[in-house]
Amino acid sequence: MSQANLDPRSKRFLRIENVGMSFATKKGTFVALRDINLEVARGEFISLIGHSGCGKSTLLNLVAGLTTPTSGVLLLDDRELKGPGPERAVVFQNHSLLPWLTCMENVYLAVERVFGATENKAQLRERSLAALELVNLSHAKDKRPGEISGGMKQRVGIARALAMEPKMLLMDEPFGALDALTRAKLQDEMMKIVATTGSTVMMVTHDVDEAVLLSDRIVMLTNGPAATIGEVHQVPLLPIRERFRPRLEMAHDAGYLASREAVLEFLYHKQAHVEKDAA
Amino acid sequence: MNAATLPAAGSAAPSAPVLDPETQARMKAQAEAMARAQRLRLMTRFAAPVVGFAFFLLVWQAVAHSGDKQLPGPMMVLEAAIKLFSDPFYVNGPNDQGIGWNVLASLQRVAVGFGLAALVGIPLGFLIGRFAFFNQMLDPIISLLRPVSPLAWLPIGLMVFKAANPAAIWTIFICSIWPMVINTAVGVRQVPQDYLNVARVLNLSELTIIRKILFPAVLPYMLTGVRLAVGTAWLVIVAAEMLTGGQGIGFWLWDEWNNLNVAHILIAIFIIGGVGLLLEMLLVAVARRFDYS
Repeated sequence: MSQANLDPRSKRFLRIENVGMSFATKKGTFVALRDINLEVARGEFISLIGHSGCGKSTLLNLVAGLTTPTSGVLLLDDRELKGPGPERAVVFQNHSLLPWLTCMENVYLAVERVFGATENKAQLRERSLAALELVNLSHAKDKRPGEISGGMKQRVGIARALAMEPKMLLMDEPFGALDALTRAKLQDEMMKIVATTGSTVMMVTHDVDEAVLLSDRIVMLTNGPAATIGEVHQVPLLPIRERFRPRLEMAHDAGYLASREAVLEFLYHKQAHVEKDAA
Repeated sequence: MNAATLPAAGSAAPSAPVLDPETQARMKAQAEAMARAQRLRLMTRFAAPVVGFAFFLLVWQAVAHSGDKQLPGPMMVLEAAIKLFSDPFYVNGPNDQGIGWNVLASLQRVAVGFGLAALVGIPLGFLIGRFAFFNQMLDPIISLLRPVSPLAWLPIGLMVFKAANPAAIWTIFICSIWPMVINTAVGVRQVPQDYLNVARVLNLSELTIIRKILFPAVLPYMLTGVRLAVGTAWLVIVAAEMLTGGQGIGFWLWDEWNNLNVAHILIAIFIIGGVGLLLEMLLVAVARRFDYS
C-alpha cells in the first residue's frame, strides 16, 4: 500500500466532514456541494476530478478558506479551518502573479509574510532564490511576469506557494492553461518537487492522465448541482514522492492503465447520463 | 537540458550555413525590397504631418487675404511672435508683463488647483471604489454636480474668497476633481479578484495590500484620471482668467483683444494649444512608465 510508511495518526491530516456549500442566487438557493466527506493523509497527493461545473474548484476554495462552507466542518491537523492562511498555499490556474513585481519579488512577498518575523532579509532572499531554483527559474528572477512565458509564470506561482513551506499545497488546474508539451514538462517537475519536499497536495484537474500520473488517490465528483464524492480511486502505483513515474513507461503499465480506465468509466459512463438529464 | 541553460545557448553565435549563390541572390533581393518599403513608410510618416501643416497655412493665408483683412496672415503673426518671444520675462507693472510670466502664472494656478483636487479626489475615489456604502452615498451628488460647467462655480469662489486668484484656483479644483474621483473608483473596482485572493491566502496586512496590490493596480486608472483632469484644468483656466483678470495667459489673450492686437490673440491660441499638448505628452509618458500589461 502506498500509505504503508506513513504515521497512522497522520492519516487524518485534513478532514472534511459533512461539508455542503450553497449559494444564494436570484432564482433561490443553489446547492453546489453536499455531504462531502474526505480524509487526506500527510504527504498524500490527491486529485479532484469531475465534469466542469461539478464544484471541484468550490471544494478546493473551501479547503483554501477563500469561501466558508454553509454546513459541515473542515479540519487541518486537528484545527478547524477559519478563513485563508499561508499554511495552505494556493497555486491558481491563471498564476495570479502581481505584474508590477519581478518573479523574485513575487516570491519574496510570500516568504516575507511567513518568515519575516523570525528571519533577516538575507535569509528571506535566500529562501526566495531557493524556491525559484527548485522550479529551475533562477535565471528569470529579475524578470517581470509580462516578460516570461505562460509555463514559466505557472512555475513562479508554484515557487511562491512552495517557498511558504505550507502544510498543504492546493492547486486549481495548475497546468490547465498550458500547451501539452509544457504541461508534460511541468508535471515531471512537479513529481521531482514532491519527491524533494514531501508536500501534501490537493489538485483540481479535468485531465484524466494528469490525475493518474501524479496522484495517490483520485477523488471523483458527481455532476452538479448538488455534487458529492462519487468514487475514490486508489492508484495502484508507488507514490511519486517515492518513485518517479516516467510517462513512457506508464503508457503500458497495467496499474496505470487500469486507473485510467476506472476514471474514464466514471466520467463518461456513470456520470455521462446525469448531465443529459440535467440539460 | 533545463531552461536555465537555454538563454546562454541562444546567445552563442550560430555558424552560418553555406547557401548556393542563387539562394543568396534571392535573399539579397528580398532584403532590398523590404528596406525600400521601410524607407517609403518612414518618409510618409514624416511627410504627412508636413503636408497637413502646409495646407493649414495655405487656408489661413487665403482667409487673411479675403474679406475685410482683419485677420493677420501667418507671416505677420510669425514676426509678432519673434518680437514677443525675444523678451518673455519683462515686468512693467502688474498689468503689463512678459508672455512667459503669464504662462507661468496660469500653470501655477493649474498646479495648485489640480494638486488640491488630487489630494481630495484620489482618496475619495479609493473610498468610493472599496466601500459600497460610500458609493451609494456619494454617487447621486457626483452625478448631479459633474455635468455643471466649471465657470458656473466661479461666482461661488469669488463670493467665498473675495479675491480673483483663489476663485480661479477653486474653479480648477472643482473641474479637475471629478475625473480623478471617478477613474480611481473604477480602478479600485477593477482590481482583479485573483490579486485579492493572493492577498487573502497570504494574510497580508491592510497596509501591505494597499502598498503592494491596490495602489499599483489602480495607478494606471488614476493616471488616466489625472490626464483628463489636467486637460480640463488647462481648458478652464484660460476661460476663468478672462473673467478674473490680473495675470495669466487667459487674461493676456483678453487684454490683447481689448488692444485689438489680433496677431497676439493668434499667438496666445498657439501657446495654449502647445502647452496643453506638452502637458498631455508628459502625462502619457508617465502613464507608460507604469503600464505592466
